[in-house]
Amino acid sequence: MVSVRSVSVGPSSLTSTDLPWIIEHREDRCTLCGNCTAVCPKGAIRLSHMRQRLPKLDVFSKQRGSDYRTFTGIRQETDPAKLCIGCGMCAMVCPNEAITPRPGTNENRTLFFENRKGEPMKRGGRRNATGPTLLDRIIFHRISMLTDPALDAGRHEFTTTTTLGRILSPEEFLKRTVSGGWIPPTREVFPFIIGSMSFGALSPNMWLGLLQGVAYCNEVLGLPVVMCTGEGGCPPWVLRSPYLKYIVLQIASGYFGWDEIIRAIPEMQCLPAAIEVKYGQGAKPGDGGLLMWHKVSKLIARLRGVPEGVDLPSPPVHQTLYSIEESVMKMLQTLSMAFEHKVPVYPKISASTSAKSVLNNLVRNPYAAGLMIDGIDGGTGAAYNVSMDATGHPVASCVRDCYLDLAKQGKQNEIPIFAAGGIGKNGNVAQNGMAMIMLGASGVHIGKFIMQAAAGCLGNEKNRCNVCNLGICPKGITSQNPKLYRRLDPDKVAERVSEVFMSINTEVKKIMAPLGRSQSLPIGMSDAIGIADQAAADRLHIQYIC
Amino acid sequence: MCRLALKTAREPFSPYEVLTAMEAMKEGYDGSGLGLLLRGMEFEDFKYNPRFPILSGIAHTEKAWYRMTDYMEEMEYELKYDHRFAMQPGLIDSTDRYRYFMRAYRMPVEFRDESDEMRETELLRARLALRKLSTVEDQLTIFSFYPDVAMIKEVGWPMQIGDTLCLHDGQLKSRICMAQGRQNTNYGINLYACHPFFIQGISTMTNGENTAFVPIRDWLLGKNFAGYTGYQSDSEVFTHILHYTLKQLKLPLQAYKHIITPLSNTELAKHPQGEFLAGLRQVCKRLIIDGPNAVIGTLPDETSLLVMDQKKLRPAMVGGRDGVWGIASEMCGVQAMIPDRDTSLDFQPMREHTVIIPPHRKELEIWSQYDPFPLALAA
Ligand code: SF4
Ligand code: SF4
Repeated sequence: MVSVRSVSVGPSSLTSTDLPWIIEHREDRCTLCGNCTAVCPKGAIRLSHMRQRLPKLDVFSKQRGSDYRTFTGIRQETDPAKLCIGCGMCAMVCPNEAITPRPGTNENRTLFFENRKGEPMKRGGRRNATGPTLLDRIIFHRISMLTDPALDAGRHEFTTTTTLGRILSPEEFLKRTVSGGWIPPTREVFPFIIGSMSFGALSPNMWLGLLQGVAYCNEVLGLPVVMCTGEGGCPPWVLRSPYLKYIVLQIASGYFGWDEIIRAIPEMQCLPAAIEVKYGQGAKPGDGGLLMWHKVSKLIARLRGVPEGVDLPSPPVHQTLYSIEESVMKMLQTLSMAFEHKVPVYPKISASTSAKSVLNNLVRNPYAAGLMIDGIDGGTGAAYNVSMDATGHPVASCVRDCYLDLAKQGKQNEIPIFAAGGIGKNGNVAQNGMAMIMLGASGVHIGKFIMQAAAGCLGNEKNRCNVCNLGICPKGITSQNPKLYRRLDPDKVAERVSEVFMSINTEVKKIMAPLGRSQSLPIGMSDAIGIADQAAADRLHIQYIC
Repeated sequence: MCRLALKTAREPFSPYEVLTAMEAMKEGYDGSGLGLLLRGMEFEDFKYNPRFPILSGIAHTEKAWYRMTDYMEEMEYELKYDHRFAMQPGLIDSTDRYRYFMRAYRMPVEFRDESDEMRETELLRARLALRKLSTVEDQLTIFSFYPDVAMIKEVGWPMQIGDTLCLHDGQLKSRICMAQGRQNTNYGINLYACHPFFIQGISTMTNGENTAFVPIRDWLLGKNFAGYTGYQSDSEVFTHILHYTLKQLKLPLQAYKHIITPLSNTELAKHPQGEFLAGLRQVCKRLIIDGPNAVIGTLPDETSLLVMDQKKLRPAMVGGRDGVWGIASEMCGVQAMIPDRDTSLDFQPMREHTVIIPPHRKELEIWSQYDPFPLALAA
């Protein structure tokens, strides 16, 4: 007999009912093909040898005894480092429906052990908060009963593009047209932009799939969709390709990938759609980007000009500059100049109470082409859990405040505001995006939604999956490991991207038509939205309806 | 949907003629109001000098009336003529109409030699100041204050209103008359909200709904131009956009159509001045009108115009002959105003058209948005 004391029960020893996800395995169906254990990104299940007692009872001889059988079966690990993340890959590959994860309904005791080796929990994904968001609760109610004959979303022509870039006042535009002055560059783009997910965060297959999809949207479907690179540069062949015009290049405080971009400028066949200067990110305000060493492959290292296999944290702010005013001024001017003032350059900030001050600086900065505000529900490839869950500012009220502030100055036409952070979090992407637009945004960025819709990302807001940071993405979306990312077929991703944007476009029209709008996006059309929440209605200056 | 009628003729005519057009189109509106604009004035008992600004409106009480007349005196406006409407009360519901007025003034001496621009600025200031004098108890409604233009608005059926104010008696004539038979569409009943709307000589009326009203209004308000206020109707902004196009941006009339219903990218790609027009579309994006509208308007030089929304979802047609033209929502309206017209000249504009009736009134100009834009800087 083994003495109980000799079994190691440590402070963080757990039993399977303590886990957030519990593997249900049916011995009777399992053929031990090993698919599940091979596919599991966390090593949460293992084949193990077990010994079972078979009672032997001979009634006639009045003797009792035991036989034993040894067999192989699947067992779940309880070590917090190998916790099952509920991704369901095992269930997906099992030929016999013998295995599946179930959410543990007991207290999730692993929460207390997420700081092993003294490191608080880091993960990818976005804020773990479920339920309808504020945007989900906004409804479109100014149905135009007088617009008779009403607009028909299916038959009428609709303009569903938005302007990215600084817009002059009409007076100034005419003055500069006469005098031959500089007219700031603008782009007419689809208002749902694929938000910044870097070439290090995403796997090459995912990135290629997105790019192919975006190109298809533009060139075949006539939808001017653009995508943002995130901080991490852009593959050199893309920089020298005609696809660059669908790409918003991001520069952030780590300047990763910018050597390559600067070197490519003389050889560019076309200009990028825009340059986004990242100052902050809604998912981790006050933090820089973070690409963990797991994902710094040879390719990524080359692209970013860093050694392989080292963590790549960007500083939270552009360290070469003293203050936000100075920084914004210098960065915007320098980058605008680098592209001969032919590319819109705009900053991205995390939603905060000081967003208005940033905006007011931009109003007086001739090189500012817009403002991107990222709210607390934004996603990321890697951040500390506490930043993602508990730090930040929701995007709706922030964007609304900024828009109203611009309107007060009569400049709401001039600096377009883009919003991000939880748009489409619960799947209602067109509804969320249009609500933001009617609150005053010129367009929205969608990241996590695209990963879910176009690549089947498994993560959700109940802390499912969310291992994007570790390079073990079970779908191959956020992994730099060829064994994993080969799971993802770029052509299929591209197909999904085009399906997603076609359907968003239809839904946008379905929202615009009953409001009697078709010629331009209803930016700031706040008389068309309402919410059954008095406090929210007052705060957003929209109607309270119930 | 309301019905609109405009008549323009070299010889002044009675506004009652246009009311008969409204009567012909009666099935198309609910009789909740009438708005009239007269331009090119002639009074039977007064030799009118078209330089005199005419103040038109309603004093709802005696006190309001005196407040108004006192203010004008104080500002040294010299009263030259006070039109007396031969009122026949009882035909309409409204009771708080102490006095309808239409008064021609000579401007204060200091403005005598001023530029037209200065004079216009002063007239606008005076109108807004009078509007401010109005209180809830002592209401004063000022429709317009401008040379050679008068306005009338009232709640009720057009014919009844015409009879109430005895518009058939030939006391009052004009070379242009615009009429609309309905209250505003979006909000509660409001006397002032009846079309046409007026600002500094520019006037438009619309049969439709402006679903882009709130963003356009917010944008115009942000311009901080003194006259861009009020907005008791969703369509008032159409007048202000025309004003903004002509007076603030100093663009030709053709630009109006390019601003309110710009061409699409593919159309602009083929347009000789596509690049300029795309730029114009972008900077004036907030002024794009949505929802169905036919906009009919007149300018201080007696030009009349008609434009459609981008989808041509509202009816409107124009017809006439050398010297006299009519625009109406329906053919029967044009027929009522100009029965002896040359019907081969009847025209229903499509979405790209701007119909312009120049002051000489010989013939129409049908200008298409696909045509080159008449401005040197766009070339
Ligand atoms: S659900 Fe995912 S993490 Fe859990 S055992 Fe299955 S494959 Fe592994
Ligand atoms: S599926 Fe991949 S991208 Fe999605 S949450 Fe999991 S690790 Fe992250």
